Amino acid sequence: MAVNARTLNETEFFYGHKACAGCGGSLAVRIALKVLGENAFAVLPAGCMSAVGFNFPQLCFGNNAIISTFAGTASMLTGVQAGLRAQGITDFHAVGFAGDGGTADIGLQALSGAIDRNDDILYICYDNEAYMNTGIQKSSLTPFGAKTTTTPAGKNIHGNLRPKKNLFEIIAAHGIPYAATASVGYLNDFMRKVEKAKQIKGTKYIHILAPCPTGWGIPTDETIDIAKEVVDCGLWYLAEYENGSFTLNHQPKEFSSVEAYLRKQSRFRHLTDEDIQIIQSSRDAKWEFIHKNFK
Amino acid sequence: MAKQFLSGNEAFAYGIRLARPQVISAYPITPQTIVVEKLSEFVEDGSLKAEFIHVESEHSALSCAMGASSVGARAFTATSSQGLLYMAEGLPYAAGGRFPIVMMNANRSTALPWNIYGDQRDSVSQLDSGWIQAYAENAQEALDIALMSFYIAEHEKVSTPFMANLDGFVLTHTYEVVDVPTREQADQFLPPFQTQNKMSPDNPKNLAFSAGPDTNTIFKYKEHLGILNAKDVIAEAEEKFETIFGRHYTGLTESYRTEDADYILMTLGSIAGLVREVVDRLRNDGKKVGLLRLRYLRPFPNEEIVKAVKNAKALAVLEKDISFGNAGTVYTNVSAALQRAGISVSNSNYIGGLGGKNISFEEIENIFNNLTQQRSTVQFLGIGGEDSGG
Amino acid sequence: MKPYLREFVPKNLEDIPDTTSYEAGYLVTKNAGWRNIRPVIDTQKCTGCLNCYLHCPDGVIFRKDGKVSIDYDFCKGCGICKKICKIGAIGMEAEK
Repeated sequence: MAVNARTLNETEFFYGHKACAGCGGSLAVRIALKVLGENAFAVLPAGCMSAVGFNFPQLCFGNNAIISTFAGTASMLTGVQAGLRAQGITDFHAVGFAGDGGTADIGLQALSGAIDRNDDILYICYDNEAYMNTGIQKSSLTPFGAKTTTTPAGKNIHGNLRPKKNLFEIIAAHGIPYAATASVGYLNDFMRKVEKAKQIKGTKYIHILAPCPTGWGIPTDETIDIAKEVVDCGLWYLAEYENGSFTLNHQPKEFSSVEAYLRKQSRFRHLTDEDIQIIQSSRDAKWEFIHKNFK
Repeated sequence: MAKQFLSGNEAFAYGIRLARPQVISAYPITPQTIVVEKLSEFVEDGSLKAEFIHVESEHSALSCAMGASSVGARAFTATSSQGLLYMAEGLPYAAGGRFPIVMMNANRSTALPWNIYGDQRDSVSQLDSGWIQAYAENAQEALDIALMSFYIAEHEKVSTPFMANLDGFVLTHTYEVVDVPTREQADQFLPPFQTQNKMSPDNPKNLAFSAGPDTNTIFKYKEHLGILNAKDVIAEAEEKFETIFGRHYTGLTESYRTEDADYILMTLGSIAGLVREVVDRLRNDGKKVGLLRLRYLRPFPNEEIVKAVKNAKALAVLEKDISFGNAGTVYTNVSAALQRAGISVSNSNYIGGLGGKNISFEEIENIFNNLTQQRSTVQFLGIGGEDSGG
Repeated sequence: MKPYLREFVPKNLEDIPDTTSYEAGYLVTKNAGWRNIRPVIDTQKCTGCLNCYLHCPDGVIFRKDGKVSIDYDFCKGCGICKKICKIGAIGMEAEK
């Protein structure tokens, strides 16, 4: 039976947290835990979700949960699953929730190690495209042109100069049993992927784009719409990697306007027409690659 | 029990096997490698049932051990030098989380300059991390500490991680005859790990959380009490150990001919064997000298030190580390112990063995002889270097 | 288990655990004060499609009698539910 709003576990496991209003990351964590159920053992590194969910005595996870070191999400997950298995406990899901910086930057080595060992864990990266918890600094998943507090937009430099790191394909290159991309704008797709990952033994990785109204400069009620739009305009895509091949899950009939997507967010407001042209060209190149290499 | 010819690393691995850790995570570094190689052989041949995790760094080794401990599994890791420093973020984390992980550290010099040989700058630099720190003198003691470490660390009054230190090469790679206890004896000594400080399917908990200014001090105070409690639990463990295995240990320190000694040398680790020989020689010459070996640096043996030296005329601390800009850290700790007890004994600090430099019989003899001059100094052994120590 | 509000707030030496572990889902404060607008559901219009329930970042919308209701103790007033409701059954009202 497909997981949807109607069949979803009604219990809330992530509740009473202090995330900003409209937080996409907290929605990703909430929904994933509802799909995984009460046997989830969650590991969260230093970052937004641990900062808002674990302030003693306000403890916002109804399931077992622990904060890891910033770089240690995957390695602590490894220890959790090994420790449980060593005690004969098998009915559990070891799940990690780390942000883009915690995953693509400081936590990448440990994540690569866990995938290499094929540890039985699900690693979910909630990507809000910058170090939001510390005040919106650039990470390697910050897209080209975005203004952050460490890539200010001025006369000389128009925000971040580097493109977003292609983490999904880097993860897939390990030959991981299952990897997927997702967006909080397409929650049914995300839930299906978490449900699928739940059934697979070995390392699973889901990369979910999760807008941050505070860091992106959008109204708090725009989170879902902007997370849909980023997929619809082709700057993000919904795909899976399994058994050595890539599958595209969603092909927009016609891309919506990249410019419209960018102009809605204050982090992109400074971009020139040329900047937007660069972004659009790189989108087109990416989709050419997708059409050639994805099923 | 069976006599075997083992190196310090091997003896420690035999002790760990007897303690039945459930998860072992380790990353190779000289001179620690043999202990983890041996343990992986034990896992392969089925004599140790443990999850052996080949982590990709020391940071992950400790993070993985914390994950295992956080679900109530007995966890072990081992490292040395740069590796210990690379996992340094996890050290106070494990201690603050009260995860009773055991780690063997092969004491080795820290870069720069690069050097793979033994000194204690690695572990001594981490004295403030909240771990129990033990220093073995020989392979037998290494094995026995391996077995006792889990008893002490996991005790409900302690719940503190345990770092067992073995001098790199001098102890880790030197072969001695070692008494290896039987599995039955070991099981009689060490109960299975039980804790409430864990995530479990039937009792969900939130662990390793934040605590703001209102409660943070309380958590730190309790962490402090936990490691202080280790003192009594070490005594309890050694008593039980002696009943089962017949070997006697003496807690945080070991005194050798200090009862009536005028001049006492304090040191730690494998060099104590040579110091004992010097003490015997000088005693034969009618000189009243003694050795106080510090077996533990945390909890620190304040009372034992005061008791041993209160009637002495002078003492020296010989250590394989230096806190640049001050003095040897062990010496600083000893000085504070004396000051707190209101004892004024002339004292000196000798820095030796850095980067594996040999400490000779004559050098130790000279330390004792110089003590009669009764002046405070910080000296680097064997190079003619001296600093007044401020 | 869903985290829920507790009466007892551990503060003193004897109340604080020895380790950094505590009962899961232990809440001692509400989030209601964050809000300056509140979502209000028109139960006449609501069809029970559950889109608002699904997309709420705080999980404060819950299923009730075939429709939905809101836990105002923890709603932050982000407005996502109003935006996602295609039939306009949710309105935002200023907090007094």
